[in-house]
Amino acid sequence: MSNSKTALQVAALRNGTAIDHIPSEQLFKVVSLLEIEKLTTCVTIGYNLSSEKMGKKGILKIADKFFEEDEINRISLIAPTVNLNIIKDYEIIEKKQIQLPDVLKGIVKCNNPRCITNHEPMKTVFKVIDKQNVTLKCQYCDLKIKKEDIVLL
Amino acid sequence: MKKKSFVSIADLSKETIIRLMKKTEFFEENPNQKLLDGKICATLFFEPSTRTRLSFETAVNRLGGKVIGFSDVATTSSSKGETLKDTIKMVSNYADLIIMRHYLDGAACYASEVTDVPIINAGDGANQHPSQTVLDIYSIYKTQGRLENLTITMVGDLKYGRTVHSLIEGMSHFNPRFYFIAPEELKLPDIYKQWLEEHKIPFEECIEFSEEIINQSDILYMTRVQRERFTDLIEYEKVKNVYILKNSMLEKSKPNLRILHPLPRVNEIDNDVDDNPKAYYFDQARNGVYARQAIICDVLGIN
Ligand SMILES: [Zn+2]
Repeated sequence: MSNSKTALQVAALRNGTAIDHIPSEQLFKVVSLLEIEKLTTCVTIGYNLSSEKMGKKGILKIADKFFEEDEINRISLIAPTVNLNIIKDYEIIEKKQIQLPDVLKGIVKCNNPRCITNHEPMKTVFKVIDKQNVTLKCQYCDLKIKKEDIVLL
Repeated sequence: MKKKSFVSIADLSKETIIRLMKKTEFFEENPNQKLLDGKICATLFFEPSTRTRLSFETAVNRLGGKVIGFSDVATTSSSKGETLKDTIKMVSNYADLIIMRHYLDGAACYASEVTDVPIINAGDGANQHPSQTVLDIYSIYKTQGRLENLTITMVGDLKYGRTVHSLIEGMSHFNPRFYFIAPEELKLPDIYKQWLEEHKIPFEECIEFSEEIINQSDILYMTRVQRERFTDLIEYEKVKNVYILKNSMLEKSKPNLRILHPLPRVNEIDNDVDDNPKAYYFDQARNGVYARQAIICDVLGIN
């Protein structure tokens, strides 16, 4: 199992959340979307670890932190296939899937240059109108954005 | 009372549209009502639009309210880099209602989020102009005596014309049938066609502006074909005279047909149509004041 190999690469976690198989190039984006810098607990960040599946990957081990659904779902756009493990007493007690939330706040840029969100110091708000194909709609200018056209802020 | 704003046609339920029709009708019959006595309405025009501003200010005056505001962004502090949020916050201290027009898409929606004062959208960029749509729908209601089961033909610039898109959305509650007549370059965008299909609203698209379609229509909604919309000016020269309504084309039209146009027109309706009793575009503009009186009272919760 790759779990044991992972355990060798970064320190084990007693209680908290382990996020594995983060694409390396998205790791620091994930860190910032989850606002890891605001935490005061122990966080281990693994970057460019070797992975059989992905070549290179990132890992986050966050002690004593259990994310709310809408917190963790913020990363679904950039890292939809991560493994999310909830750990208590060194044991994985729950494996979670990440889902696209109904609303994305402050994550995606509106592609309409005439949209108010590109001119005011404000957060963008997108409704996810099609979860299957990932289609977003700007709450302000109504622009619909398809998956391939999504630009992150 | 919960704050209400008037930002987008998509926010209006069928019931709200019908309620606005009844109120507009009331104000047409009784335009001078001191319902806004002691109230101050701000008209913030970050983008100039004399026509719309005069219509709103007339509506406020007929209701006995007072108007403050600006009609040109050059005279305001937003030209000194003040954010929209700050301007709205500042004006919220003075006014009971904010009527705003802005050059950016979504500006009114954002403004409604940063203040407790009701916002009326008098046009936000290329996005929405919902008071125009209410007066368009009222013009249909008034001339046809109903909104249900009408055949509406839209002609001209269906790609960029926001009044077209909003009218489609507003009328969608009333089982309409649409004909869309436009040159290839100005066809109705796919997203609106998809939307119509999802809502099971029948429509047909045509390139040719034929009498055959006019003769089936209850409403003929004409729009400007603007030169600046064309990337290819040869194409513009080809189509600019194709979408002109002439009086002779109306000979076999239905007796209840009425011709609407959001105005100003350029040459898309020939002057010889003006005297035809089916021409309604000048009366349509007058309905704008009554429709805006209705909208203002509706957002302020005045019955
Ligand atoms: Zn937008």
